[in-house]
Amino acid sequence: MPRMAQNPVNLDAVETVRVDCDILIIGGGNAGCFSAVEAAKIDPSLKVVIMEKAQIMRSGACSAGMDAINTYIPEGKTPEDLVRWCRSQVGGGPLREDLALSNARELNEAVDDLERWGLPILRDDKGNIRYRGAWDISIHGEQLKPIMAEKAIEAGAQVYNRVACTQLLMHEGRCVGALGFGVRDGKFYVFNAKATINATGGAAGLYKSYTADATDSHHQIWMCPYCVGTGYAVGIRQGAEMTSMEQRWVATRTKDFCGPVDTISVGYKAPIINAKGERIMRERYAHLGADKAPRYIRANAPMEEWLAGRGPTYCDTRDMDPELASQMMTDYLNERPSFVLFLASRGQDPTKEPIEIYGSDPYIVGGHTQSGFWVDLDRMTTVPGLFAAGETAGGNPNKFVGGCAAEGKIALRGAVQYIQNLELPDPDPAQIEAEKARVFAPLLRGQDFDGVAALEMEERLQRLMDEYAGGTSQFYRTNEERLDYALKHLDVLKDQTRFLKARDLHDLMSVHEVIDRLDVAEVLCHHLKFRKETRWQGWQTRADYPDTDPAYDCHVESRRNLETGEIETFTRPYEQIVPGDRYKP
Amino acid sequence: MPPIVDPKKCNGCEGREESFCEEACPGDLMYVGADGKSHCHAARDCWDCMSCVKMCPRGAIETKMPYQLGYHKATLRPIMGKDSITWKCTDIHGKTVMYRYRNRLERKG
Repeated sequence: MPRMAQNPVNLDAVETVRVDCDILIIGGGNAGCFSAVEAAKIDPSLKVVIMEKAQIMRSGACSAGMDAINTYIPEGKTPEDLVRWCRSQVGGGPLREDLALSNARELNEAVDDLERWGLPILRDDKGNIRYRGAWDISIHGEQLKPIMAEKAIEAGAQVYNRVACTQLLMHEGRCVGALGFGVRDGKFYVFNAKATINATGGAAGLYKSYTADATDSHHQIWMCPYCVGTGYAVGIRQGAEMTSMEQRWVATRTKDFCGPVDTISVGYKAPIINAKGERIMRERYAHLGADKAPRYIRANAPMEEWLAGRGPTYCDTRDMDPELASQMMTDYLNERPSFVLFLASRGQDPTKEPIEIYGSDPYIVGGHTQSGFWVDLDRMTTVPGLFAAGETAGGNPNKFVGGCAAEGKIALRGAVQYIQNLELPDPDPAQIEAEKARVFAPLLRGQDFDGVAALEMEERLQRLMDEYAGGTSQFYRTNEERLDYALKHLDVLKDQTRFLKARDLHDLMSVHEVIDRLDVAEVLCHHLKFRKETRWQGWQTRADYPDTDPAYDCHVESRRNLETGEIETFTRPYEQIVPGDRYKP
Repeated sequence: MPPIVDPKKCNGCEGREESFCEEACPGDLMYVGADGKSHCHAARDCWDCMSCVKMCPRGAIETKMPYQLGYHKATLRPIMGKDSITWKCTDIHGKTVMYRYRNRLERKG
């Protein structure tokens, strides 16, 4: 891969590269790598291409590593039990139990694959897997990303690194690949495919992180900041149906660092306490399961303490013996190594001083909560030929590593079915030229153009979302009027994208990232506006409708009307498939 | 959170089309400048995943805490083995702790 190319002098100077394939995978992360491996298993003659914005060996959400697989079904438990737990974690649903069940039936095999490929899974003296909770197993996953990437390459997938996706390639209403540009080589890429699997990361950076003010670090956030929601945005632009976008992922995170801490608090039995030393979950949330309360309750609880004047809040690590504390630090080194540096830079020993916690900025991550594309059981979206897996596929929360991997395999099998006897049409030159002009315009406006930088628009968007669409500074609360204000200004921002300018190819990537974020933010606000109740405090809190309303016990859906450009919202009913009390694990 | 490159240790992975840190960065933030050394062109956009630090064959990169979040000066350095990693962490009081563990098992498939 060459170093960053010079800016093109004009559009004609931009080289177009065309790649034809059977299956295109957008995003070489967890789900994408598993799709590629599955393709080689089913039919080694399939031509599979991975379009990757970074470099597949260390890209995206898994780049720093991973310390746990949050869902692995132990002996004696069933996939149905896991779905019951998933359902209870989202307050009894609504969720897509059909999707959740099919992932649950396959995820153990995907995790076993990872172990066979060299991932260390921690076991006790007898060789039994060590659980850190009911479903959560510990790994030494520092090498998780290279391990899965090597396997995808070995499977024969052709990887195009440093190519950012900007649009889907369409033919008579179906998806026949994707378009994008090389962030290092400055070429325009046309990937023409019989089927496309959208396996990008979720959307981070829609909201302002509270540490962004007056620090040298604007990406002090939990989710990978380079996952900006492109996967959702390209589908939204083609009128794909989106589901549950209002169910944002907000989690308890270490204060000032945004390191993962909620599974640590459960797994290491370090309870959440407030400034008065009260065990918050036991004192105030016993009826919801105390320390094992659903994730959104655990995420929201520390913030409620701050609001009530009982902050700061902590994970009380003081009872940990030194060996356990060392194990916890090793977990962090596997997943968020700089957290260990953060503690060292505070001179802090967690066995003597508890770890301060706070709420994170909100994310749209369909692998964690359930925002994303509405898909059928084969994981095909409502755009024919476009499949979704992992963070982009909606309706199916708590997938995490194992579930996203399983879903990558399921989507690939769906795609293989779909392409049987399918002819690949020649791409439409008008569409390609139009997209090429749109993509490179910010770079060709010239350095003297009186315009707007990606960073300026990104910060405007993040502040808007934080203050009006329920960010951290507002303790996740929003109301009808604030959402109207956010939508009004999102309209202005979308109109102002014609003023965006880029200095170089890296900057051009940032420009398209902010455009993608705007499309996701707009849909998110419409979803938040539609749900006139509070179903998942913290994840979705309506200050003007503080209670749950049975009328909204359904999926909230949206779709861009391709004729008017408007986002239309509607509902789909919830179907309980797995028997049992919806609210109990 | 800026990755700090020590120009005395860095040689821009001379002879390689792309330096290891350039290759590793998921945010496309690293580049080799006209001086033949690696730099981060948007320090504020770093996620501190430490991929570049782990990949550097000369131990020339260090991840630093922004001062607004953590005091001067603690260090954390990974030493990559074939199937293990060793981390050396020194806090602001000079206390050093080492962590070593397997990060790869023998492949069976």
